[in-house]
Amino acid sequence: MRVDVNSFLGAYPYRRVPGTSVEALLLAMDRVAIDEAWVTHLPGIFWKDPIEGNPWLYDVTARHQRLRPVPAVQPELAHWERAVAAAAKAGAPAVRCDPMFYGIAPTGAAMQALGHACGEAGLPLLLAVRLEDPRQRHPNDRAEDLPAAAVRALVRSAPTLRLIVTHAERTFIEEVHFGLTPSEADRIWWDICWVWGPPEDHLQILLQTIGPRRFLFGTGQPLRIPENGPAKLDLLDLSSEDRGAIESGNAADLRSTVAQRGG
Amino acid sequence: MLIDVHAHFLHDRTPRADWRERNASRLRAGERVGISIHVASILGSWGLTSPIYFPSLPDLRYANDYLLALQREHPHRIRGYVTVNPNYPPEALGEIRRCLDAGMIGIKLAASRRADDPLLDPICRLAAERRAPLLHHVWQHRRRDYAGQEASDALELGRLASRHPNVSFLLAHIGGGGDWLHSLAAIRRIPNILVDLSGSGVDGGMLEACLAAVGVERLLWGCDLTIETGWAKLRYLGQILSDEELELVRWRNAARIFPPGAFPTD
Repeated sequence: MRVDVNSFLGAYPYRRVPGTSVEALLLAMDRVAIDEAWVTHLPGIFWKDPIEGNPWLYDVTARHQRLRPVPAVQPELAHWERAVAAAAKAGAPAVRCDPMFYGIAPTGAAMQALGHACGEAGLPLLLAVRLEDPRQRHPNDRAEDLPAAAVRALVRSAPTLRLIVTHAERTFIEEVHFGLTPSEADRIWWDICWVWGPPEDHLQILLQTIGPRRFLFGTGQPLRIPENGPAKLDLLDLSSEDRGAIESGNAADLRSTVAQRGG
Repeated sequence: MLIDVHAHFLHDRTPRADWRERNASRLRAGERVGISIHVASILGSWGLTSPIYFPSLPDLRYANDYLLALQREHPHRIRGYVTVNPNYPPEALGEIRRCLDAGMIGIKLAASRRADDPLLDPICRLAAERRAPLLHHVWQHRRRDYAGQEASDALELGRLASRHPNVSFLLAHIGGGGDWLHSLAAIRRIPNILVDLSGSGVDGGMLEACLAAVGVERLLWGCDLTIETGWAKLRYLGQILSDEELELVRWRNAARIFPPGAFPTD
């Protein structure tokens, strides 16, 4: 079983990306043996009201059992709480917020309110540090990377909030993880898509220092080719138990908690 | 056969206390991926006693000697690029001759001088004479200057390559950050520039764009600092290329541009 917690549907505004349709994503999942993908409506991240992409996302994922919706919430817009409630009702495994792309303060009152609401609803909140390497962005794509300090502040501000952070590199993960109490750090999961393998061995080191329970299989596809995830894992010396936890077990634990809280 | 045209090793006079582990990790991961030959360079002292991209002559000599020793220690796995600093022209030419004579198979230029600078012309003439390809560090679309390096982009490498049509140039790490679309457009019609696919970037659409811009015969497989991304690109190419085309990227294109006898299949 392999679950990709970090994938997208729909066009990217800053360059042509192949494989953004539902059919193409399913084919890519088949290619690398991904059973289930948690998907976000990619264009919506760049809309003034990202929530407007959610109906399409719910519709698509309702028709494809291998796809789970990760709807967007912009907490500075009126009635954003309805989007959280709709996500819980739809059985979404998480909701996402991209404050740097929305142009809102990542540690502001609105984000903290969203953190509290997600914690209360039992819904993990997914945040991306970035979507592309900052060195290659379109000149008009000026969104800063999500600061590590914002992740620490968010998880401290809401005692029941659980975060999934994607596209983070080793130094970011270490700065957050060891900058929190153990109980705070245990409420954050990291996807592996931006963590380097050998010879720098960043992922191997993180699995030793932080442990496999904190990591999720994520690819960032189709902005990134999904082959990177399996290749990275194939280069590790992992027990089948630990590999299973990263590829699906940790995500399943998150989902079962969501289901319990939602039910 | 699988040739990584962009590898690096470390040595005991660098800032990295874990240099042995990193070298061992590269070889261990290479075994798992099936890398036959790592074609590698060492950029001086990697910043310990001179800047990475502006290495001093003693640092270059020590690093090149260390790489030659690694090549002797792993004759079936490692080949070397001789790294030089073109700001020292006579010494650079002498070091290239010394290291090629000792068994290295290519030349590495990092970012000590812009790629289109006339100081590089004697080095290119020597590369043509020795039939040694030249791997040039490239920033994919330099929009400003960066501290610590005289970064070049594909436009500048293109000007150099056009002046030396008999030399094969490797445009370094197309996935190494920066605007690879800019680079591909710049080198499309310069047949003696080949694209090194290495780098941590695994952007969707990048490999298709490489194929569309320069064709499969100008693509070279490599990893640089991340072997998993190299392996991922190889796996993806295996899905979109024929077996014969994949062989070109895996090793045949490299075997074509490196000196005869550089690899065991020659």
